[in-house]
Amino acid sequence: MLQDILVTGLVNGGVYALLAIGFSLIFGVARIVNIAHTAFYMLAAYCFYALLVKANLGFVLSAVIAVGAVTLVSVVCYRLVIEPVREHEAAVLIATIALALIFQELMLLTFGGHYLGIPSTLEGMVRILGVSIPYQRLLILVVAAAALTLVWFVLYRTRLGLAIRATANDLEVANLMGMNVNRVAMATVAISVALAAVAGVVVAPVFVVDPFMWLAPLVTMLAIVVLGGLGSLKGSLIGALIIGYVEAITVFALPAGAYLKGAVALLIMVAVLLARPEGLFGVAFEEER
Amino acid sequence: MLRSIVVALAGTLLAAGAHAQTIKIAILGPMAFVQGENHWAGAEMARDQINKAGGIDVGGRKMMIELVRGDTNEMQSVSDATNTVERVVTRDKADFLIGGFRSEAVLAMQEVAMDYKKIFLGAGAAHSKLGINVEQNYDRYKYWFRVTPPKDVDLVRTTFAVLATVADQIRKQLGKPSPKVAILAEKAVWVEGIVAASQKNLPAMKMEVVGLWQPSAVATDVTAELAAIDRAGADIVFTLLSGPVGIVVGRQMGERNMKAIAFGINVEAQKDEFWQAAAGKANYVSTLDTYAEVQMTPKTLEFVRAFKERFGKAPTYNAGTHDAIQLLKTAIEQAGTTDADKLVPVLEKLSFVGAAGVIEFDKRHDPVWGLGKSTGIAVQWQDGKKVPFWPPQVPGMQSFKMPAR
Repeated sequence: MLQDILVTGLVNGGVYALLAIGFSLIFGVARIVNIAHTAFYMLAAYCFYALLVKANLGFVLSAVIAVGAVTLVSVVCYRLVIEPVREHEAAVLIATIALALIFQELMLLTFGGHYLGIPSTLEGMVRILGVSIPYQRLLILVVAAAALTLVWFVLYRTRLGLAIRATANDLEVANLMGMNVNRVAMATVAISVALAAVAGVVVAPVFVVDPFMWLAPLVTMLAIVVLGGLGSLKGSLIGALIIGYVEAITVFALPAGAYLKGAVALLIMVAVLLARPEGLFGVAFEEER
Repeated sequence: MLRSIVVALAGTLLAAGAHAQTIKIAILGPMAFVQGENHWAGAEMARDQINKAGGIDVGGRKMMIELVRGDTNEMQSVSDATNTVERVVTRDKADFLIGGFRSEAVLAMQEVAMDYKKIFLGAGAAHSKLGINVEQNYDRYKYWFRVTPPKDVDLVRTTFAVLATVADQIRKQLGKPSPKVAILAEKAVWVEGIVAASQKNLPAMKMEVVGLWQPSAVATDVTAELAAIDRAGADIVFTLLSGPVGIVVGRQMGERNMKAIAFGINVEAQKDEFWQAAAGKANYVSTLDTYAEVQMTPKTLEFVRAFKERFGKAPTYNAGTHDAIQLLKTAIEQAGTTDADKLVPVLEKLSFVGAAGVIEFDKRHDPVWGLGKSTGIAVQWQDGKKVPFWPPQVPGMQSFKMPAR
């Protein structure tokens, strides 16, 4: 049983990390609580489905177009919906909820309420410690690791990353120093949503695509980023692994209460918040604000 | 001027006359979803068949059927469902109501329909409470009749009968006297009674229950549950799933190459779209179902083939709106009226041969359960095709297959 928990928790944690990192990034940098984050993940999954299954464009081309198109949509949404109300956090929250619901209804209108399946990018499975793991899940882990590395590289090894960190550190000073903070925020939104879109493309083949698929991961993702510390990428990664393991332990220790795995994850989040309100890894640059 | 008024008046009278020649039947269902699509498709077929043959004979007067589309949106909102019933009754002036899917929504819809004393033929919800209402407060709820599916308790009877057949095959093929059963039931009210009955009765049926796993009905991942079931050495995964988790279970069992066989109630696996939704991984997944190209009754084959030809896919049990309208026609023609109070006693005594079975109502206005009456069938997904295998004595049934070991 221990090996089951170890492997299952790691794989599921990887899936969650992919979603949580993007959400955390946009909050840490632009203070935008983007509730539509998982709705973009849903959009990418639908886009990937349409291109791969309906248009037969192949995995690589479908994935590239899906990620590109959804990222473009996010930039347009930022300019039209988020930027005008960015100074008002509550308004941003409401606007992104509205965006998510609009996407949901659009998909419902276009594809109906049918559950759609996407073929696995990689077929087959491997046994690790006696536990069967499909290759697609390992791919998710690899992509999650690659995405994290890439985000780290962009943030700490490029001029854009320097601008993003400066903006996150102090928006007003960055503005006074001549940085176009709106453009930086837009770039951050694009990176963040691109991560969600990548998650949609690699995760959707192990899940079921439907217009409401954004809701369940939204709750889990919120639990992860609050647990790890809002805005902290490292916190998101560790939070994702913790939640992945907590869920696996819940299922194995309490089979008849498997449906409680989400609730247990949220309970742990509340407990951590009570003991440490800033989460496990509160953002360092936030402290200077 | 006077001529214009006379022409307008004549037009109005003609329109009113035309309205009086139709019987308005509201089809209630979540129209953006497969369930609602089947509600509507089954109803359209029945309407076209009846209208083409001259309509319904109401006391010597032929009346055509006019369908009213009532999108209940009940997957997302129960209040939307009750509002829809209000609308079709008060604005669209529907004479009869047919459909519904989620028990929670149909229980609420039943109340509105009973307020207006409208005959409501259920074609989707299984909860016993719908029929218990009739027994406990007959005067209020007598207008409710359940056409499909059998009530939850009867679904259990069918499920256990099929489970016994599957267990026998495992005993013969694998030489295991007591097959191990893992119960995989979504967390929902409708499964509670079935789970309790399974835990109590399966050992008496010489099956060993190795555990109960209860994921959420909308869970997107059950790898942990399946890993635990694998560890428990289950031969049968007894599924009680109505939500999308049914697709996830089918797909992930296939991805893991599990040797256990999945059988039970898996609503998603009843749909033709299941194979695609599970990315072609759900081989051997089995479930209770309603329609297949078999001779459950003399009408089954003809209906299923006509449905497939018209809509390009097999009907799900919600297409029982077809049987419901045909049943209503028979009752109206016998009673010679569309008056609800006069139709109730006629419906109560009716024995109607439908496409899904022979429908007779008990005192709760539930379909009488039994072979030759209303049991449903069992099907198994085999290489992308839904193959019917139970009840074995029905002509057209095929053999049940097990994964290679």
